Amino acid sequence: MNYISIHNNQSIALKDIPEHAYTMFMETNIALMKGNPARHCVNYFGYSAADKIKLICCIADDDLHEIFVSSTVVDKGYQLPSFTAKNHNFEKFEREIHENFGVKYSDHPWLKPMRYAHNRADKNEKIENYPFYQVESEELHEVGVGPIHAGVIEPGHFRFICNGEQIMHLEIQLGYQHRGIEQLFIQKKKLLERTTLAENIAGDTTVGHTTAFVNLWESLCGYTPDRSLQFSRTLALELERMAIHTGDLAAICADIAYQLGNSVYGRLRTPIVNYFQEWGGNRLAKGLIRAGKINYPFSEELATRLNTVLNTYEPDFEEITKKFFKLPSALSRMEKTGVVSYEQIYEIGTVGMAARMNGLCRDIRFSHPHDMYGSSIVHTPIIKHHGDVYSRAQIRREEIRQSMTYARKLITEVPEFKKPENFTLNPGKGMFAISLVEGWRGEICHCAITDQEGDLMVYKVKDPSHHNWMALAQAVRSNEISDFPICNKSFNLSYCGHDL
Amino acid sequence: MFDNLKIMWHQGKQFIPDVTTAKVPGIFRGRPVISNKNVDETALEEICPTHAISKGPVRIDLGKCTFCGECAIQFPNKIRFTSDYKISSNEREKLIIIEGDENPILVNPDLIRKEIHRLFGGSLKLRQVSAAGDNSCEWELNASNNVQFDVSRFGIDFVASPRHADGIVITGPISENMAEPLERCYHAVPDPKIIILAGTDAISGGIFADSPALDRSFLSKYHIDLYIPGNPVHPLTFINGVLSLLRKI
Repeated sequence: MNYISIHNNQSIALKDIPEHAYTMFMETNIALMKGNPARHCVNYFGYSAADKIKLICCIADDDLHEIFVSSTVVDKGYQLPSFTAKNHNFEKFEREIHENFGVKYSDHPWLKPMRYAHNRADKNEKIENYPFYQVESEELHEVGVGPIHAGVIEPGHFRFICNGEQIMHLEIQLGYQHRGIEQLFIQKKKLLERTTLAENIAGDTTVGHTTAFVNLWESLCGYTPDRSLQFSRTLALELERMAIHTGDLAAICADIAYQLGNSVYGRLRTPIVNYFQEWGGNRLAKGLIRAGKINYPFSEELATRLNTVLNTYEPDFEEITKKFFKLPSALSRMEKTGVVSYEQIYEIGTVGMAARMNGLCRDIRFSHPHDMYGSSIVHTPIIKHHGDVYSRAQIRREEIRQSMTYARKLITEVPEFKKPENFTLNPGKGMFAISLVEGWRGEICHCAITDQEGDLMVYKVKDPSHHNWMALAQAVRSNEISDFPICNKSFNLSYCGHDL
Repeated sequence: MFDNLKIMWHQGKQFIPDVTTAKVPGIFRGRPVISNKNVDETALEEICPTHAISKGPVRIDLGKCTFCGECAIQFPNKIRFTSDYKISSNEREKLIIIEGDENPILVNPDLIRKEIHRLFGGSLKLRQVSAAGDNSCEWELNASNNVQFDVSRFGIDFVASPRHADGIVITGPISENMAEPLERCYHAVPDPKIIILAGTDAISGGIFADSPALDRSFLSKYHIDLYIPGNPVHPLTFINGVLSLLRKI
């Protein structure tokens, strides 16, 4: 076999990953992906091994619920043919490998710096000198926005090329949020330090990223989480989804100047995040998810309380939703705005909502189930077919309802919680592990490799935004520049999750 | 029309009438209290992921604390987090809680620059700069202005341009890549101006403190007017902190 087939949250010996010459490695992975929308690249990364670079590629098959892992070793200075020239799904991954290790690609169409990482190969590349795409013309003009934006949001630079009010092209330049997280995972040795890092990858996806980390860690250590831990993670993921989706609907309302919707959705987010505080002492669920234990056991009282919170939330949510989704002035701003076609998202390889908005079924809860998905919660992904702002708003509306149903179902059977105890989890030696989690934005993927002593050697984080930023750049083409904010909010992508 | 009125009616009263006395729901982790009980202090010090705890006597630096609560779980007799959310100060060292100290954390009025109250007491416009923040503090700062917390009732607002601002609020540990934009933004704010650090990441770097990808030199160059701890900052912590700085409470 050219690759090894594993499941989500499975650990294998690193030496069991087949290693091929680069050409064979490339042909294998390109062939695996060819013409099959159920297959997509969940992670493709490199690390220094002696004086060479080892590359590991992970292709998920959503129909078979398997992940195909293969590897190669390349020399630092060599020029290689790129995957991207044959399949655009690999565009960002190869840019990252190029930036971090100086691997040269002969035919990569867009080999630009990705995030100006601290440990980049070429320190002469400076973030202020990013090579933007330019068009020489007397009719067109450029609009530069950022890195600091008009609202209380994260930094990133957007460069538009416009014809009058119409956007011809948008290039998104990121990297301002780079904190060197992957390096810190190796640098810090304690489990709590690493868990805290995972919680701070993207604060709006605390539960998503921390769940990916703890599932991965437990797998590496050969620890099987009991029902109570799986219950907490599943419930927290669904509540996080509800809270952020509600906030996103508020933000979409704000961008079309629908004040009532903005206020009502905005205030409806509060009871959900406050519930996190009642459960675990933090509105964004920091401190809640831990490997091998939970410091804040769920109880029957918390179940009753959640029931009350949901029962109060629901009528108010449905009332404003009924109004908002039928309001002609709102619909006219959302329908056919920021459209991305099926062909485009398939080519980009988007994940999560940015895939489901136009017929591309990508949902880890369904395709690579973890925790209580696939057992207590049998998930049906919500798919829309227009790829516009309206589709993305509709997905949020329906996923909120779905999350409410799941949360209610989960709390009918609260498992027994043990008192949190301390024990040492030791990762296996020379292992590779992968963990996929469907966060509210989409597929989160963490990979880890341990060395011969069982120390963490490589830690790789991939936020769904890694894939989806390109979809935003495509969405705004031919739209008016004044519609950029609503397009942006309808995706609500992460800067810090991308920059790491 | 009637639908809209009905929706508004059904929301009831959402705003918190008095944000200075409001109670937070649940088990919020605010100002910690450290008892005088004898415990294995080395073990306690070891737990903390951000080296916020030091021993002899036991102290917790809220500027470094991520409020994960692990110390209180492991040493419930020694450390207890109260629901006191008023944990901002204009003195960095006041964020360090010492064994046996149960006093509230205060903003020292004598150290507030005179012009702050005179010029910004009635209206304070802030430009927020996320410098490698993880979007949790940004999220809570946005929540400070939702219909419940409604910070703009005090004339405190976030504005789009630094030219319109009276100061900046920094979130995040300040990455190398954001160091220059932050500096430029600060210089674009007209004098006199204030600097507020919101969140543990901004105050000390938090879990990222020893990352080589940061450049925190900005903070040693300028006077910091207010430190607001939290991971993320709670909207009530932010609002009360700023109100104390403006001497409104």
